[in-house]
Amino acid sequence: MTSATAAPGTRAPAAPVTGGNALAGTRTLIRFALRRDRVRLPVWILALFLSTLMTANSFRTLYSDPEDRANAVRSVDSPAGLAMSGPRHYLTDDGFGSLLSHQMIGFTAVLVGLMSVLIVTRHTRAEEETGRAELVRSAVVGRHAHLAAALAVAALADLALALLLALGLTGLGLEGVDASGSLVYGFAHAAAGLVFAAVAAVTVQFTAHTRGASGTALAVIGTAYALRAAGDSGTSDTLSWLSPIGWVQRSYPYVDNRWWPLLLCLLCAVGCAAAGFRLSTRRDVGAGLRPQKPGSPTASAALTTPVGFALRLHRGPLAGFGAGLFLMGAMYGSILGDAEDMLAGIDEIEEALERIGGASVVESFASMVMVVLTVVASVYVVTAALRPRSEETAGRAEPLLATGLSRSRWVGGHLAVALGGGTLVLALAGLGFGLAGAASTGDAGLVPDLTGAALAYAPALWVTVGVAVVLFGWFPRASRAAWAVPVYAFVVGYLGQILQFPDWTNNLSPFGHIPRLPAADMRWTPLALLTLVAVALLWLGLTGFRRRDLETK
Amino acid sequence: MTKAISVSGLRKTFGRTRALDGLDLSVGTGEVHGFLGPNGAGKSTTIRVLLGLLRADSGTAEVLGQDPWRDAVALHRRIAYVPGDVELWPGLTGGEAIDLLARLRGGLDERRRTELVERFDLDPTKKGRAYSKGNRQKVAIVAALASDAELLLLDEPTAGLDPLMEVVFQDVIAEAKAAGRTVLLSSHILAQVEKLADRVSIVRQGRTVQSGTLGELRHLTRTTVEAETERPATDLARLPGVHDLRTVDEATGRIRFTVDGPQVGTAVRALTDLGVRSLVSHPPTLEELMLRHYGDELAANGHGAGADGHTTAPGTDGEPR
Repeated sequence: MTSATAAPGTRAPAAPVTGGNALAGTRTLIRFALRRDRVRLPVWILALFLSTLMTANSFRTLYSDPEDRANAVRSVDSPAGLAMSGPRHYLTDDGFGSLLSHQMIGFTAVLVGLMSVLIVTRHTRAEEETGRAELVRSAVVGRHAHLAAALAVAALADLALALLLALGLTGLGLEGVDASGSLVYGFAHAAAGLVFAAVAAVTVQFTAHTRGASGTALAVIGTAYALRAAGDSGTSDTLSWLSPIGWVQRSYPYVDNRWWPLLLCLLCAVGCAAAGFRLSTRRDVGAGLRPQKPGSPTASAALTTPVGFALRLHRGPLAGFGAGLFLMGAMYGSILGDAEDMLAGIDEIEEALERIGGASVVESFASMVMVVLTVVASVYVVTAALRPRSEETAGRAEPLLATGLSRSRWVGGHLAVALGGGTLVLALAGLGFGLAGAASTGDAGLVPDLTGAALAYAPALWVTVGVAVVLFGWFPRASRAAWAVPVYAFVVGYLGQILQFPDWTNNLSPFGHIPRLPAADMRWTPLALLTLVAVALLWLGLTGFRRRDLETK
Repeated sequence: MTKAISVSGLRKTFGRTRALDGLDLSVGTGEVHGFLGPNGAGKSTTIRVLLGLLRADSGTAEVLGQDPWRDAVALHRRIAYVPGDVELWPGLTGGEAIDLLARLRGGLDERRRTELVERFDLDPTKKGRAYSKGNRQKVAIVAALASDAELLLLDEPTAGLDPLMEVVFQDVIAEAKAAGRTVLLSSHILAQVEKLADRVSIVRQGRTVQSGTLGELRHLTRTTVEAETERPATDLARLPGVHDLRTVDEATGRIRFTVDGPQVGTAVRALTDLGVRSLVSHPPTLEELMLRHYGDELAANGHGAGADGHTTAPGTDGEPR
């Protein structure tokens, strides 16, 4: 096995694939991968660990007496509530541990899966795609070494998280959060991570491109989540048993502490990984199992206009965010009918809702959800508005700007997509929220109301685009600072409501000036002013870009 | 002859790096102009200033009678550009990229596009991410040549092409020249410029160090002479203008030396007096010109610069005198 790599120089020349030779160099590659990821991995692991720990700790005050916990349990006991959390069996126990497992595992398992998928694709397919793997493989490195090293790194990261969680949660000393439960809780995460790492080991064999490989693996995670959501919300949980996320949730940490569902994950992981190794021998380095589809040999007329071209580059993220926000809106909408029951008894949120005002809990809750939806939309807007910058640094702006395309029209195409696309995804979020909300409350009027409420945020998105363009035009190297806008908007607009930040903090965010529909009344003045600000920022940014040097490679 | 490009005293700094340090360049309409220099000499920076992608700190630049910064867009309709490092959009096919670039420049000649795609043996249905460096370059070359540009700015356009494709490239550039287009061809591959260029400018550390026709430049430099004589010719070293005299073969008495242009006659007369049996001379290759200009960078190699340069290009223009 890997010990064969201790003295790679002394090994006999390559024997057939089957021997230990196929893994030669794995240990070095693992160390190399850990070195490359020395910042990335700790950030992922600590973020997952700390957010779990903070959530668990917040239960102390959130559900201080048993009455609150019983309320919390009751509030999720609906198909929608269960779809967003986990299997109903957790509700038989109202301890802190059970609450934590129920509310968190489904969600964090997705994130651990994401981390593991990204680790595997980054150290296998991305290496091949850039051609670095070829260089490495020409040395004394076995044909399975890259994949083995990537899986090992993913497993190490997953195990580190598992141990941290087990130790950290036990150390919290929360009633009902004991050591044996915490151990299962931690390893439930590791199990989920391993399964999806192994899934990625298969998907990287099929396509020659990193994005395709991680995209396919993420689709598997999404499907797994959807299956368990469907299974948990229904009467039969057969569907949940088809999903690795369903399995880890069924280890019932702090409730039953079952290990065998995790073993199921391990078996599945081993099976997938074996398939991955097997498939990798049936393709060439750098190639995928699926042959490359030829594309169009000529460009359509629409592609050669600035906006059409920008739209082509943006269509993936635009479609993704559009669909994602529509579904996210629908998800919140589906629980709108239960909102009153769900939120009853959670003091902080009730108080926050009261401050927002509004005729009913439904309206106040809808206004609060709107903030979350617009923050996600602003994430899209920032990625779209920063696209010209990434095109520039990748060296792809240069040949275009050497044609008859002016700088303003080039950036203009991207901005048109950012502004229009941002407005579109916002409308879709509102529409999804409205449609599902109307279905769950029986109030058809919510469809236009909530779509309109979402669209009221559009001027704030345009200002966000404006901020990004000003940075791009005048301080290109600091373009990424535009991310501060959505982050600030989220912290102040969402957490600030609950934690009662002073008013002026809200006024600094463009989103803070939008009337909080549907709870508040519509006011047109702030929208008009924000639109003017956006226009001014766009003009300023374009002026800056016309005057500066283009950055080239 | 009218000027397609005239640049004088161009300066450009990036932070502390001085990329251009008073560069001059003059390219006549209809000529193929070689723009030579080692990596980092400022060739790409100059071309980007000519395209209005960078703004010069000082100095003047005029392209086709217009200001490249102010009139960038109007100018770009008359210019085609092939960057040295072509980056394509990973999701767009090569064919789409060609159409995009050429149409944004103001339209393309479909017949010529088809012909060029065939000649360069390019598969236009592949996605940008699947192309090798050479194929990405072909995409940019086809896009540049398929439209009717008056001026071609080519920045090391063949760095990734194989020798067969380089021949196709030379043919295509020769055709462009015959069609009356002006070409600025930057390169550090000397043989290529030698075959195509009417005039060359040699730049170094952001400055033009030499400019002229190949003939003029050669006049300024030394001719290499190899000769066998009946009597020993080692005394030749004392003649003015003769350098680097070495005996190549003791047995036959074959010697080799370089001689400054104006002194060629004296040297040949001296050889005749010594009973010359064979005589080969050739004009300096661009390799030698470059080595002369960058010789100080090669100081570590001793004085070998001029003497060994021509051995890499045997028989180029060999002509007995």
